[in-house]
Amino acid sequence: MKYNITIIGAGIIGSSIAYCLSKYDCSILVVDKENDIANEVSMANSAIVHAGHDPEDGTLKALLNVEGNRMYPQLCEDIGARIRHVGAYTVMTSPEQQATMDALIKRAEERNIPYEVLTAEEARKEEPNLADDVIKVLSLPSTAIIIPWEVALKQMQVAVLNGTEVKLNCEVKAIRKNENGYVLETSQGEIETEYVINCAGLYADRIANMIAPLDIHTNPRRGEYFVLSHDAKDFVHHIVYPIPTDKGKGILAVPTVDENILLGPNAEETGSCEAINTTSSGLGYIRQELARSVKNVPFHHTIRTFAGLRPSISTKDFYIKKAEGEENFLNLLGIDSPGIASAPAIARYVDDLLKLPYEVKASYETKNPYRFNFQDLTPEEKDAYIKEHPAYGNIVCRCEQISEGEIIQSIHEVLGAHSIKSVKKRVRPGMGKCQGGFCQPLVLEILARELKVRPEDVLYDQIGSNVVLDWKGGNGNA
Amino acid sequence: MRKVQCVIIGGGSAGLAAAVELKKNGIDDLLILEKGPEPGGILNQCIHNGFGLHEFKEELSGPAYAERFADQAKELGIPIECNTTVTAFYPDKTIEVSNSSGYEIIQAEAVVLAMGCQERTAGQIQIPGMRPQGVYTAGTAQRYVNIDGYSIGKRVFILGSGDIGLIMARRMTLEGAKVLGIAELMPYSNGLQRNIVQCLKDYGIPLYLSHTVTNIEGFPRLNKVTITEVDANRRPIPGTEKVFEVDTLLLSVGLVPDNTLTVEAGIQLDPRTRGVEVNEYCESPMPGVFAAGNVLHVHDLVDYVTAEGRKAGRGAAKYLKGELKERGGFPTKAGNGVGYVLPQRVDYPKEDPTVEFSFRVRTPYKNAKIVVRDGDTVLKEIKKPALLPAEMEKVILPNNVLANIRNELTIEVKEAE
Ligand SMILES: Cc1cc2nc3c(=O)[nH]c(=O)nc-3n(C[C@H](O)[C@H](O)[C@H](O)COP(=O)(O)OP(=O)(O)OC[C@H]3O[C@@H](n4cnc5c(N)ncnc54)[C@H](O)[C@@H]3O)c2cc1C
Ligand SMILES: Cc1cc2nc3c(=O)[nH]c(=O)nc-3n(C[C@H](O)[C@H](O)[C@H](O)COP(=O)(O)OP(=O)(O)OC[C@H]3O[C@@H](n4cnc5c(N)ncnc54)[C@H](O)[C@@H]3O)c2cc1C
Repeated sequence: MKYNITIIGAGIIGSSIAYCLSKYDCSILVVDKENDIANEVSMANSAIVHAGHDPEDGTLKALLNVEGNRMYPQLCEDIGARIRHVGAYTVMTSPEQQATMDALIKRAEERNIPYEVLTAEEARKEEPNLADDVIKVLSLPSTAIIIPWEVALKQMQVAVLNGTEVKLNCEVKAIRKNENGYVLETSQGEIETEYVINCAGLYADRIANMIAPLDIHTNPRRGEYFVLSHDAKDFVHHIVYPIPTDKGKGILAVPTVDENILLGPNAEETGSCEAINTTSSGLGYIRQELARSVKNVPFHHTIRTFAGLRPSISTKDFYIKKAEGEENFLNLLGIDSPGIASAPAIARYVDDLLKLPYEVKASYETKNPYRFNFQDLTPEEKDAYIKEHPAYGNIVCRCEQISEGEIIQSIHEVLGAHSIKSVKKRVRPGMGKCQGGFCQPLVLEILARELKVRPEDVLYDQIGSNVVLDWKGGNGNA
Repeated sequence: MRKVQCVIIGGGSAGLAAAVELKKNGIDDLLILEKGPEPGGILNQCIHNGFGLHEFKEELSGPAYAERFADQAKELGIPIECNTTVTAFYPDKTIEVSNSSGYEIIQAEAVVLAMGCQERTAGQIQIPGMRPQGVYTAGTAQRYVNIDGYSIGKRVFILGSGDIGLIMARRMTLEGAKVLGIAELMPYSNGLQRNIVQCLKDYGIPLYLSHTVTNIEGFPRLNKVTITEVDANRRPIPGTEKVFEVDTLLLSVGLVPDNTLTVEAGIQLDPRTRGVEVNEYCESPMPGVFAAGNVLHVHDLVDYVTAEGRKAGRGAAKYLKGELKERGGFPTKAGNGVGYVLPQRVDYPKEDPTVEFSFRVRTPYKNAKIVVRDGDTVLKEIKKPALLPAEMEKVILPNNVLANIRNELTIEVKEAE
């Protein structure tokens, strides 16, 4: 198989790049070793579109974060992804932090980022759960939250409609050169390509080393989180950050798009790209550190804990460069935070850097056509819709109130859901309080029916993650 | 907008009993809304025997017990809409309802909440480690095995000695799986004594008390769990780890009332029961809104759920007939050794001949004394050879005593001399 461009990695970066480049009249392939779009770093993070005041002057992070933040509203509008401009409160709790606070304000000023300094009293009116020793607050209203896998998926869907191909469960194992460009040796055979864009997240250093030795290594840093149920949705309405230290942004309280609360992340070097396990020490640290910025934390509403790994590198900045001596092989390394916030700007930067020799197509899509969201309807509209499409009246997930119709819809879209987890990422059954206790058996049944496979072949996520072993034909009287 | 005098949300044991009682008390304009394909609730997946010893003086299977009440409701002509989910409930007692024929708003005069409970999950108890496939809550496993007829694992470990876990230990063994053991954090079991004997001892399944799961390994499928003994403060004791090679871990670590709708309607929950606060008619602080069964507090015996459903049904009928007007009674209090007392208030102390109070002890007691007080005045003392947190206790007081209560009614437990 031959392609003009191959993108390795279907995280938010690969998806943003595919969306941007799919305007060209050329063949594009995206490969990912996972069984769904955005299943690794882009699946487990704080989901914040940072304002851009945090990265140091002169860094790529500063440049692309600020630009990315400005691009997001239009992007989300175009692809039909949800974004909430909740704003951020950076809270100062001791006079020694004044210098850092001043530096942040100066950067916000210079980068044209809207901000406001609030007294503790003013801030408390909006956020009664700020810690008692908060003395001053830097408010950053352009800070927003999104759902990273939604933004990735919706961009990738447009790319596919523009002709991009996506191969999942396709791991790149080795790369060699030939007269036309490169040959990728993958778990699904060989792929020939003129250009390679390596945005393989945690594994981008390994991919880079397949073509030219590179003295930069990803050093996975784990961040763990608590997820609180909707019952805790009023705990904070803004993202609450402590004043950053040299260790990082600190422990945050983040409202999510779907009105949950995330608490975390810590930062711990793991030395392993697989260590997405949570630890009692990590979760304990979050409990303790959170008290610096907020009080009355409703930990009893925890419905889940999870961990993600940051693909960090020692320079601490994004590394976006062509491989040594290779005009057509681009490496993206160290895309840790603010990778999400910067994603659309990174894609544009990559486009500029590559100077691709292809024409822009006479017509191509920038808008995602899958816009129908049943949840947005009024009761009267829902009634009318259900009368035409009865499956939308059949509620499958009691906690998040997701209907059978929405699940079927997610299965039959381009890059549709095909596993329990991919349904959950697209329409949320199992994300609520019971974590799928009631609905997972029903979702399994719907998947089997719609995909015409046996229930025992339905996967939770990866190959090998089958949910039930075999069917014995029993029933309630077995 | 459809108008119905009394809507019952949930057609499990509690909802069915409430509806039957409402009807018997002269309320005809009733409607039960049930999400599942048939009434009965959680009982439909409990195919073992052991239901109805109090109610019918015989041991029925879950579905058989449910059927008796569903039949009764049918005979009385009570309408039940199945495959119908309540998606919202507002303080003005309007209810949004979804099913495959449409989305509807119903205006009720009274509402009985009977939505049952949910299981606590791995996330809620925060077991550290990976999140592989093969970890199920015991109730979900029960559904996969008993209703859908799947096998879910071959080598099984169970965390938590709640009744569902005990019953699933036996079930999985009968299905041909090997159950390697059950770990329980507390130094005592949270399940009924009879289940420990019938489900564990009879099958030689070890119960590790004062143990918890401290690590989960394997990806994408579970292949190992580590359990560790815990000290008196429930902290793992290093060096006491035991490793089990299993492909399945069932969690039976507690049930939580399913009050999503209730909270959205703005009714506060009692943090101890995680259900609404109620008076002796199961009426919440929001007049005309009643609650019964597992949505109110988690029960271990369905017979008690049925009794509570009746109480709520009778209360709702009285409310609709305008018989519950002036509230004026006293609060109750969980004293020493007691986790919670229900009802949290008595509002009409003179209305009925007696009021029944339910409670659970926090820890096991031998040779105990239940003391009921009004302030410092002791109203009643009951000696008990044993009290267990897993078993709900009851105290009944006559209205001549209740009418004279001045402070609050406290129930406490002491070691008997
Ligand atoms: C704890 C934490 C919190 C964060 N919070 C924020 C935040 O609030 N705001 C923000 O802007 N950023 C945040 N980030 C950073 C952000 O999540 C990342 O920058 C972003 O998700 C990176 O996306 P990606 O596409 O590069 O990586 P990924 O999503 O990991 O995508 C890379 C893909 O490459 C695939 N791949 C790897 N190797 C191979 C191979 N050999 N063959 C085929 N495919 C392969 C992987 O399967 C993966 O899907 C956070 C990160 C973490 C971990
Ligand atoms: C797994 C399990 C095993 C048990 N084993 C025993 C035993 O061996 N012996 C014994 O005596 N007792 C046992 N019990 C206890 C007893 O059977 C239950 O406590 C009792 O059946 C609960 O009745 P309920 O009506 O409160 O709740 P449920 O039976 O759970 O009924 C609630 C109903 O409400 C419906 N519902 C919820 N939300 C909505 C909504 N939004 N819209 C519409 N409908 C809704 C649900 O679908 C469900 O049918 C067991 C309980 C459980 C959970």
